[in-house]
Amino acid sequence: MTRPRLVTGARLQYDDVRSEHVLLIPEGVVRLNPSAAEVLELCDGERSLDDIASALSARYDGADVRDDVRELVDALAGKGLVVDAL
Amino acid sequence: MLSRPSTLIAELSYQCPLHCPYCSNPLDIGGERYRRELDTEDWLRTFREARQLGVLQLALTGGEPMLRGDLVELCAGARDAGLYSSLITAGTLFTRERAHALKLAGLDHVQISIQSPDPEENDRIAGNRSFAKKLAAARHAKELDFPLTINCVLHRQNLDRIEQLLELALELGAQRLELANTQYYGWAAANQDALMPSREQLRRGEEAVQRFRERVGPKVDVLWVLPDFFEELPKPCMGGWGRTALVVAPDGEVMPCQAAATIPGLEFAGVRDHSLEWIWNESDAFTRFRGTEWMQEPCRTCPLGRQEVDWGGCRCQALRLAGDAAAADPVCRFSPHHDRVVHAREPAPAEPFVYRTMKRPRVRT
Repeated sequence: MTRPRLVTGARLQYDDVRSEHVLLIPEGVVRLNPSAAEVLELCDGERSLDDIASALSARYDGADVRDDVRELVDALAGKGLVVDAL
Repeated sequence: MLSRPSTLIAELSYQCPLHCPYCSNPLDIGGERYRRELDTEDWLRTFREARQLGVLQLALTGGEPMLRGDLVELCAGARDAGLYSSLITAGTLFTRERAHALKLAGLDHVQISIQSPDPEENDRIAGNRSFAKKLAAARHAKELDFPLTINCVLHRQNLDRIEQLLELALELGAQRLELANTQYYGWAAANQDALMPSREQLRRGEEAVQRFRERVGPKVDVLWVLPDFFEELPKPCMGGWGRTALVVAPDGEVMPCQAAATIPGLEFAGVRDHSLEWIWNESDAFTRFRGTEWMQEPCRTCPLGRQEVDWGGCRCQALRLAGDAAAADPVCRFSPHHDRVVHAREPAPAEPFVYRTMKRPRVRT
């Protein structure tokens, strides 16, 4: 995975009724915890995994989040929700 | 607290250029009541109220939703309300121009039905010449970067072409292929003998799906569910009565499922007179079979403890096969009426189709 982006037709949204982030896909809803939502917001097809990890790291006092980001993106890619922009 | 709905199924119009005999719409679609369709404002308000209730997914269906002249406005309203919208269409009216307008308005996803991967057979089942237009519609959807689902309702007259169908979905670039086995309501119930597949056909179909999944991987998500009539335990119909979904008929009446209007004595409230919140929380239609309190034996003391797994199965099926909408779904092997499901699996002589029509139908009862 070089430059991850959401699969065509997936939409990231905040559900203010249930107070949680969701990924909306054809006839489905994936509920996201706040950190997953933060990662997905950065999966724009431009940033690399390292770019995403650095951006998040800067938000959280330099914590090393590379493994967490990679794990999450791989899991979502396995479900076909994230694809490589290439 | 009550569960919140996540899906709104908006049946915009029961009019349709196709005449599919497997249609689950009511037999009386041509009746005066359904011709009094909701106006644009009613639908837009319903979308906003649905979002406030918790709905995230909107299915724009029918009949043929593209027959509504205000579809672009409705898609824009759905997006403004924060709903993810799917257009469930036969595709014959999905021209490049209209597809483009829908894309700009914010439509999220397009599902196109195909009756068979064989052109002549498709047109015979649909009751009109539509195959070429459907393929063109699928290509427009791809060109405009819509996620595309191909849907095919399966039955004994098209199940043997499943491999061809899988290849067609791949060739069209579909992200999803929904292989929906016929549900015997409305027109489909009138055509049950012409549509009921054999167990052998289903077995071969399932194997073909399995081979395709192994070969193609997650590129095409193939949805395949064994039809109810060949099961021994019921499915949680609609995810449970009044638990996850609302269906709004063209005249604005709100139902817990698409076939609920067949249940006599059930009182439906409409969005012209009531808020969606009241309908979800209080209306007779939504409260009658919600939860587990209404259950009779054998559900009440289910030997498998499945009351909150399958929620008693399908109420409309219980009515049709057991004569009582509050009975156990006869698909269940513990139902005293399960023999009627077993009997329906026997191969019946092929009957000619009764085609769906808005005109006064002649239907055997």
